[in-house]
Amino acid sequence: MKIAVTGINNVDSPGPGVPVIRGLKDSESINAEIIGLSYDTLEPGGYMPGITDKVYLIPYPSGGIENTFERISFIHSKEKFNVLIPTLDSELYGFLKLTDRLSSLGIKTFLPTFDNLNLRAKDKLFDFCTANNIKVPKNILVSGTNDLHRISSEFEYPVVVKGIFYDAYIANNLEEVQSAFKKLASRWGLPIIIQEFIKGDEYNVVALGDGSGETIAAVPMKKTYITDKGKAWAGITIDDEYLLNLVRHAVERLKWKSGAEFEFIKDGETNQYYLVEINPRLPAWVYLAVGAGQNIPEALLKLAIGEKIKPMTEYKTGTIFIRYSWDLITDIKTFESLAVKGEKDNKSLKN
Amino acid sequence: MTKRRYERPVITKHHSGFMNKFGNSPVSVPKTEIDGVAVKKLTEEYGSPLFVISEKQIRQNYKNLFRIFRSRYPKIQMTWSYKTNYLNAVCSVFHNEGAWAEVVSAFEYDRARKLGIRGENIIFNGPDKDENALIRAIEEKAKIHIDHFDELYQIIELAEKMGKQAQVAIRVNMDVGIYPKWDRFGFNYENGEATEALRRIAINKNLKLIGLHTHIGTYMMSTEAYRTGASKLVHLANLLKSQFGLVLDYIDMGGGLPSYNTLKGQYLQAEELLPTLEQYADAITAPFFELNYSSDEMPTLFLENGRVLIDDAGFLITQVLANKRLSDGKRAIIIDGGVNILFTSFWYKHKISPAQQTSVHTENAAIYGPLCMNIDCIREDIVLPTLKKGDQLVVHHVGAYNVTQWMQFITLRPNVVMVMEDGSVELIRKSEDLDYIMSLESIPAKLQTGVK
Amino acid sequence: MAKFSVPSNLAVSESGFLFVPSSGETFTLNEIGSEIFMMLKKGSEDKEIFETVVDSYDIDLYTFEKDFSDFITQLKNHKLIKEL
Repeated sequence: MKIAVTGINNVDSPGPGVPVIRGLKDSESINAEIIGLSYDTLEPGGYMPGITDKVYLIPYPSGGIENTFERISFIHSKEKFNVLIPTLDSELYGFLKLTDRLSSLGIKTFLPTFDNLNLRAKDKLFDFCTANNIKVPKNILVSGTNDLHRISSEFEYPVVVKGIFYDAYIANNLEEVQSAFKKLASRWGLPIIIQEFIKGDEYNVVALGDGSGETIAAVPMKKTYITDKGKAWAGITIDDEYLLNLVRHAVERLKWKSGAEFEFIKDGETNQYYLVEINPRLPAWVYLAVGAGQNIPEALLKLAIGEKIKPMTEYKTGTIFIRYSWDLITDIKTFESLAVKGEKDNKSLKN
Repeated sequence: MTKRRYERPVITKHHSGFMNKFGNSPVSVPKTEIDGVAVKKLTEEYGSPLFVISEKQIRQNYKNLFRIFRSRYPKIQMTWSYKTNYLNAVCSVFHNEGAWAEVVSAFEYDRARKLGIRGENIIFNGPDKDENALIRAIEEKAKIHIDHFDELYQIIELAEKMGKQAQVAIRVNMDVGIYPKWDRFGFNYENGEATEALRRIAINKNLKLIGLHTHIGTYMMSTEAYRTGASKLVHLANLLKSQFGLVLDYIDMGGGLPSYNTLKGQYLQAEELLPTLEQYADAITAPFFELNYSSDEMPTLFLENGRVLIDDAGFLITQVLANKRLSDGKRAIIIDGGVNILFTSFWYKHKISPAQQTSVHTENAAIYGPLCMNIDCIREDIVLPTLKKGDQLVVHHVGAYNVTQWMQFITLRPNVVMVMEDGSVELIRKSEDLDYIMSLESIPAKLQTGVK
Repeated sequence: MAKFSVPSNLAVSESGFLFVPSSGETFTLNEIGSEIFMMLKKGSEDKEIFETVVDSYDIDLYTFEKDFSDFITQLKNHKLIKEL
């Protein structure tokens, strides 16, 4: 089966495309041929042997969805792929809007719904959690520096200052809040989220919902080594039924469709889990779940093509992932093809 | 020997982490005609820059929005938001489709009356309604939406003096979970001001309370905010019925629906981010079924949409005056339409297409208007094919707030034409000329000497 | 009349791809851009280039002069040529 996958930027803060592809390639039942969709001529997934069979450049979502659709239709006319798996959060709204048109071309997707995305939005998560009995750090939304005075009466420093789409800073005083506010507002717009800082360890769960409320797969992981960008460098699967039930409860209440990453912080003093974020896509560490026994990319693909699958509940505790970097050597000719023609055949690349 | 087709020479540097050229085709589709009329022909006849309004698109938008709401709630009355675009021809298309008039000043009220709209079909909103306007509105049974207590008492006094009953509603502002809150217009829901105002109206014989109004904000991207707004008005309506036995004729949910224009500072494109009209309609109408009204008492749902009905029916045709390179090598394009006529370019990243077939090579550029003013920037960054002097560009989605907020500054305001459904073109607002502008001025006698 | 110098290690490939060995930068040129670049490399003067282009392409001299000077500005900006 031909499957198109985005997010093959397997760099220091990697997109989930390459690990998703590894999961698909591991599957014995689907015989995956992968069309990599790359936003940049240098995304490593387009050069790594055994990952993408062909790679095409596609426009950034911020270039407009018409533009994206035109390019995807063109690629589809040449490659006739069956399923499209976008893996980056910034693409989701665009591909979601295109679902019907993609499906009329015969391209299947399995994306979260608009309701899913709205309920988990950074400015709405607090309301969702409090309504559903899930612990969540206190937060307020601010839309101007004039509102920042509320912080001193409602929070204790440090606080977390978050952009509406991405990025977060920890601020220890009002000056730091103001500086973070300016950076975030100019990059991602308003409002800005001020969130209670909870001291403790990070626990993440990768999950897959079928859209009816059922959790098809879920694997919890503790980050054991974190990069200076806050990304997991290494992590280990853990056995925590309470945490899994928390995720199943959220998936059920959200009727979550597609993959997601639930980020928790376990308060060092009270041992309570706080849900800090739901990322509406599979995480870059999803291959850990595959390694532990739940091939989530394969399951997502099967849901996309309409197969029924039973929830997976078993996985191996104590499975570890360690991310490493690796310098791939290639000739300028391989780059030229992608840079000038916007496409590149990888069939000659040796594993 | 036939010569080869020319395209200007271009070199593009590969940047990683920036837009690749396979991402640059949004502008590759030129907009050569508007409703079948060639852009070139329009400007040959009416000059450049030129505002073009599509009658067909307005009617389509209207019918579509009406259908979406009507299929969810049986009693819908649309009212045309005059301030969005009050050109007579534009208002007339809406009135012809069945819309009432929604006005926010004596000036707009008089415009609607001149178009023959009866007072009872006018919604009179806004914080500034002068005494004469209020007298006229009471006399003509216009639906007056009261904004504050001072206005409430002024209407009570006037109606008493006139021995008439004024047809009134109040505008209610409330926390609908959006930031910043819109709490400067109308009476606040949470602090009890709204119920207090309603109580006073309900017991006054010179006032007839016929409706409730809210307008939760502009360019609203959240459907939930509308649901909250509608729920709160429904709650007030239920209160009025249970406490005073008062049954309302209508609930006015205002406007605020966004068009597919992308705001500056908005990361995702509007078309990606915005909910569908169906989703908005679901959120607005659902709470109406919580009313404690019998089925024959159900109020009419009034809508005051402007932007969403007119924005994509308006185009601005401009032409390239010059190309230049800025100090850092970036391309700058100077066009003949500036911020003085395209006010919305202050807050939107307008979509702009070339009006003729162009090269496939594109380049990032800044687009400046013709004013000798640094503020006159239409787009700071836009990927466009290379253009030459005289090439035309079409700015999309300019139907709302431009031909009302434009100003006469440095140059004169241009013609506005309407492409009619049958493909004919009508001039609906003539460009200004020097005599017209100067006719409003006079020079004191002692200043009439000096260098000649 | 103007003449330009192009470093000898610069060459445009058939697909319009230009790699600068000394800086590692890469560029794409369109067809006519590649042609002009090769003419510059050969040492052609601007007048010669004008004649060649106006002869073989459907374009008038003044328009091409404007485009040419813009192209030269870009090449200079990218430090790919020097005016002699």
